[in-house]
Amino acid sequence: MNGWPRNDVIARSEATWRSLLKTMAQTEQKQGIFSLAYKDFKAGILMENPLLVLAVGLCSALAVSTRFENAIFMGIAATFVLLCSNTLISLIRKQVPDQIRIPIFIVIIASFVTIVDLVMKGYFIAAYERLGVWIPLIVVNCIILGRAEAFAYKNTITRSIADGLGMGAGFTLVLLIMGGIRELFGTGKIVLFDKTILSLGSAFQPAQIFILFPGAFIVFGFLIGFLNIIKERTSNG
Amino acid sequence: MGSVTNYALLFLGAALVYNIVLIRFFALCSFFGVSNRMSSAVGMSFAVIFVMTVSSAASWVLWNFLLVPLGIGEFLYIPTFILVIASVVQFEEMFIRKYSPTLYQAMGIFLPLITTNCAVLAAATEAVFILRGVSFLKLNIKYSFSFPEVIIYTLGVAVGYMMVMVMFTAIRERIDIAPVPKWLKGSAISFITAALMSLAFMGFSNLFGL
Repeated sequence: MNGWPRNDVIARSEATWRSLLKTMAQTEQKQGIFSLAYKDFKAGILMENPLLVLAVGLCSALAVSTRFENAIFMGIAATFVLLCSNTLISLIRKQVPDQIRIPIFIVIIASFVTIVDLVMKGYFIAAYERLGVWIPLIVVNCIILGRAEAFAYKNTITRSIADGLGMGAGFTLVLLIMGGIRELFGTGKIVLFDKTILSLGSAFQPAQIFILFPGAFIVFGFLIGFLNIIKERTSNG
Repeated sequence: MGSVTNYALLFLGAALVYNIVLIRFFALCSFFGVSNRMSSAVGMSFAVIFVMTVSSAASWVLWNFLLVPLGIGEFLYIPTFILVIASVVQFEEMFIRKYSPTLYQAMGIFLPLITTNCAVLAAATEAVFILRGVSFLKLNIKYSFSFPEVIIYTLGVAVGYMMVMVMFTAIRERIDIAPVPKWLKGSAISFITAALMSLAFMGFSNLFGL
């Protein structure tokens, strides 16, 4: 590393940066790398859920959750990019100069997104057309750059992989819940690969608001509300 | 239709009918992140207007005069556009830090995050790919924007962002002192507020036949 002052947003001096790395290495030695990795994986799913708790990557989640099937494709695509970018960034983190790390991260992420973009265009054209601009826009999904900056850049490869998987799983889980609720109440049934897997019967009048734009915000707001209730219950014992 | 009418419709469609935040779900991170204080919301909006217009124009030029003639647009448009945006943001950050340190303090972490503001990349992508972005003009999918249209369209998108951002910030400032059920406090009530605003903006659909 060179001796220029780091002009990043969260102003950290050279000394605090070094001590941070040192304490991290010490905890890893003490607790064992795999138990830490397991903790990182678990954190991504509930307590640090990227959507519900950290509130990042909202745009794509709210936009594509109109259908259960969309949620599956988007979840897989984002998890793949997150896993690959976390792995690669964690591998090269000691070679990356601090001043130009953001452009480097962005280029790495953009390459993986291009892979996903072309693969989906080649093999899943129907889903690709429905997800539309949101596949290229994974590159600006705050979860991915956020995890690269906050986690993969500072941690070893095992923990970064666990973090990528956990965050991806948490993202996919919320997407599936939202897609399920919105499709079920908005159309009266859930259709997966042209087969109806769940139906509310013909007597049910679909509430179209759920698949329209306000539905996304309402469902998401109430999901956060329920998570608040769960948190309160568990903390009260 | 005269071209002035066309431009006006393009602007209104981008700003109101297909509002970038409430109808199309772009830029939600900054929408919920910076809307705590009016000063930072306005500062962020102006930053977005500048970055979006410059980067869309630059993307359009690069697409039409570099990527398409070389035949590499399909593979390289994502990295190219994002690098353009990152450079514009970097330039703006240096500029603001030099000339308005108070604004720089207020915007804090959100200034570099304009790079990952999906609205900016979306606008740049739509400047060249009609087929995946703007459906509202009922245009032929082979149609592509001319340079003035890109500028007008992007300005419309950015003004729509600013308008919604300012309104939402004002509402949130009132909500802070309102009696809200305990389990909905914080971000949950913000989302429900956004839902009601989105409902209101759906009323603009079919405005002037857009």
